[in-house]
Amino acid sequence: MGEVIVVTSGKGGVGKTTTTANVGTGLAMLDKKVVLIDTDIGLRNLDVVMGLENRIVYNLVDVIEGNCRIRNALIKDKRYPNLYLLPSAQTRDKHAVKPEQMKKLAQELKEEFDYILMDCPAGIEQGFHNAIAGADRALVVTTPEVSAVRDADRIIGLLEANEINETYLIVNRLRMDMVKRGDMMSSEDVMEILAIDLIGIVPDDENIVISTNQGEPLAGSDSLAGRAYMNIARRLLGEEIPFLNLSEKNSFFSKLFGKHKKY
Amino acid sequence: MGLADFFRRKGTSSIAKDRLKLVLVSDRAGCSPEIMEQIKNDIIAVISKYIEIDLEGLDIKIAQTESESNNGTVPALFANIPIKDMKASKK
Repeated sequence: MGEVIVVTSGKGGVGKTTTTANVGTGLAMLDKKVVLIDTDIGLRNLDVVMGLENRIVYNLVDVIEGNCRIRNALIKDKRYPNLYLLPSAQTRDKHAVKPEQMKKLAQELKEEFDYILMDCPAGIEQGFHNAIAGADRALVVTTPEVSAVRDADRIIGLLEANEINETYLIVNRLRMDMVKRGDMMSSEDVMEILAIDLIGIVPDDENIVISTNQGEPLAGSDSLAGRAYMNIARRLLGEEIPFLNLSEKNSFFSKLFGKHKKY
Repeated sequence: MGLADFFRRKGTSSIAKDRLKLVLVSDRAGCSPEIMEQIKNDIIAVISKYIEIDLEGLDIKIAQTESESNNGTVPALFANIPIKDMKASKK
């Protein structure tokens, strides 16, 4: 029996879709059978981040409305045969789907997949309620900024109210240089404010932009963000992995001894 | 910014953290700025019957405070109301 994980944030543009793509890819690399569902109806994004935009035939709304079977709508990933995408509909809106229908879909997918990752739209309206309907766990993505953290707090409250109690925090786009000079909240600061368990710290890494350009998630690649995402996937599986030592990246000694970085 | 200022300069992350803590307290209490304004006006109306208060210096906010019964923190309404003149004492 699989597990449904919703990736949510409240605020837009903090990295939900990138996180879904990369954590999903990471889980698939760890030999789990994974399906990613883009629940942002009307604003389809996960397909381009995964590089699967040219293979879409049917979408989430088609499945919900019974226009096709689930398996006809699932798109197999380019690189990992145990990774699938269920794309969102581009021409419909969030009211085309109801939370109960999403819950039923999630139940059906649980029979076949180990992990079902729901990429949640921004906001706290129906799209949010659709995405969290069948969720067992939640990943709350935030950046170390006041607006994003405030929205994350709101989301955490709503998840609790909807009885999703296993909620983990991902601090995205952390810039260690700014944290060091005191101009960015650290992951500890954010954790202290939001008071939920931290499952990942993802550094601000230009490789993310490059990977999105190419439509190939970088989980597991030899980049800081790639390692960070892989670690999140491992932690979801219950492994105890220490957090990346991001501050070493720019230290005098690691510059001196280039290759001896410890992640 | 002089050199001395540069070394004395405190990072902006602590400003962010303090602002967040404050805004989240009222967010979590589900108390909108409009309701806070109403509470403030009502308090002014009641107290003004007895005491002349300094409206400029008046400050009302919701903040976290240590709970007396259990170990957690609970929201509390803090009111800082400077008194200009005790009307009652004049009588």
